[in-house]
Amino acid sequence: MATAKGKSVAATPKKAARKVRILVGKPGLDGHDRGAKIIARALRDAGVEVIYTGLHQTPEMIVSAAAQEDVDGIGLSILSGAHNYLFPRILQLLREKKMGDVVLFGGGIIPDDDIPKLVKKGVDRVFTPGTPIQEIVDYVNERIRPRK
Amino acid sequence: MNAAGREILAGNTRAAARLMRDLDDEIPAAIRTLKRLYRHTGRAYILGVTGAPGSGKSTLVNRITTHLRKRGKSVGIVAIDPTSPFSGGAILGDRIRMQQHALDEGVFIKSLATRGHLGGLSRSTIDIVNVMDAMGKDVILIETVGVGQDEVEIVKVAHTNLVLVVPGLGDDIQAIKAGILEIADIFVINKSDRDGADKAKREIETMVSMGIFKEGKWKPPVLSAVAATDEGTVELLEAVDRHQEYIYQEGNLLRYRREKARVELVEILKARLIEKAVSDLDAHGLLDPLLTEMAKKRLDPYTISEKVVDHSFAFHLLNGGKPASVKGRGNRR
Repeated sequence: MATAKGKSVAATPKKAARKVRILVGKPGLDGHDRGAKIIARALRDAGVEVIYTGLHQTPEMIVSAAAQEDVDGIGLSILSGAHNYLFPRILQLLREKKMGDVVLFGGGIIPDDDIPKLVKKGVDRVFTPGTPIQEIVDYVNERIRPRK
Repeated sequence: MNAAGREILAGNTRAAARLMRDLDDEIPAAIRTLKRLYRHTGRAYILGVTGAPGSGKSTLVNRITTHLRKRGKSVGIVAIDPTSPFSGGAILGDRIRMQQHALDEGVFIKSLATRGHLGGLSRSTIDIVNVMDAMGKDVILIETVGVGQDEVEIVKVAHTNLVLVVPGLGDDIQAIKAGILEIADIFVINKSDRDGADKAKREIETMVSMGIFKEGKWKPPVLSAVAATDEGTVELLEAVDRHQEYIYQEGNLLRYRREKARVELVEILKARLIEKAVSDLDAHGLLDPLLTEMAKKRLDPYTISEKVVDHSFAFHLLNGGKPASVKGRGNRR
């Protein structure tokens, strides 16, 4: 209820707006999570509540955590080359759990040829190496809204 | 009971997760569901885990959960991390150490951000513990934010409070200061394979022995553990069992429940009264003029607050009446 901002006090005790909650995870076997941590940090600075689940996640673990945490989006970092399996599998599990409204996006070392196929299957956006962080933050701000 | 409430009582995790989010986001409809669930609460055993950042809370919670699952207990975990005071965002990373339970249907993990609430918990923690309780979780573990000296709200929420201490932080004067070290039901010297662990243990033991414990009163044990290797977890849970027996003695449990009831009521009242007072002032067009007067130093906040409080309460409406009559309060100015 405390407010650090100089806004009118009258506005603050009203119902707080929902916060966007996003799960950032690293499925599969590769052990490099620097990229995922940078994304988590950038989203934190953009006002997002980031649930960071760490390394070596299976699709089942990611979807189970996403359900318990009731997130609006899932961001995956995949450097292992297994993206053509991991993304579709997670989408399938989300649909099975009736969580089709959760936005799935990701990035990593993903060949250009694979991206349209992943998008066609329902991955909302795929970022490739060299993408400025701000572009990812802007995407999240624009695309992912807290659920009703 | 509405549909969401029924599903939660039946243990539906998705429905429970959505209600928890709604409570954290202060959605009014969520409170309506929680009201109906409230009388189904009070069955879970609540275990608080607190300590400095990096003292091993998440790792210990993970270990405790494994042992509780072996005993056949279902477990709820509420893990709290801080909100950035600048962006309002947060990184909730407690799940990292708990991944081995990610696919266990008997474990429900909820990560929360403090969202500016002080005291080591989020404002919503009690509500969310209540939902887990209504879901039928046998044990609920609350992991506070990494705390300093004064974040002791957990003491009023949990049946048993574990305070983690790690070697090498401060001397025996730190140990007799007030605050966090006073709230422990059980001390855990974690990372006790490190240098200085014996010294830390002795200092805490000395501090405990300085207290005056009447016959039959609980005296906090000081245990050693290495959560990373599971060393000491079994002994720790045995100590929790003993404290549970103590709590469940006639009189103690009632006292605990009344204290918890008091905290719940006061916390909810605080939020509601402030909201009501400020929005009523605003609705009467008084807020902005009062703030301007204060800014010009012609009025002080003490006088304004006294007037607001004096004209706000109508407790006689609560007398003998049903709580619902509170709605009718409001002998306005």
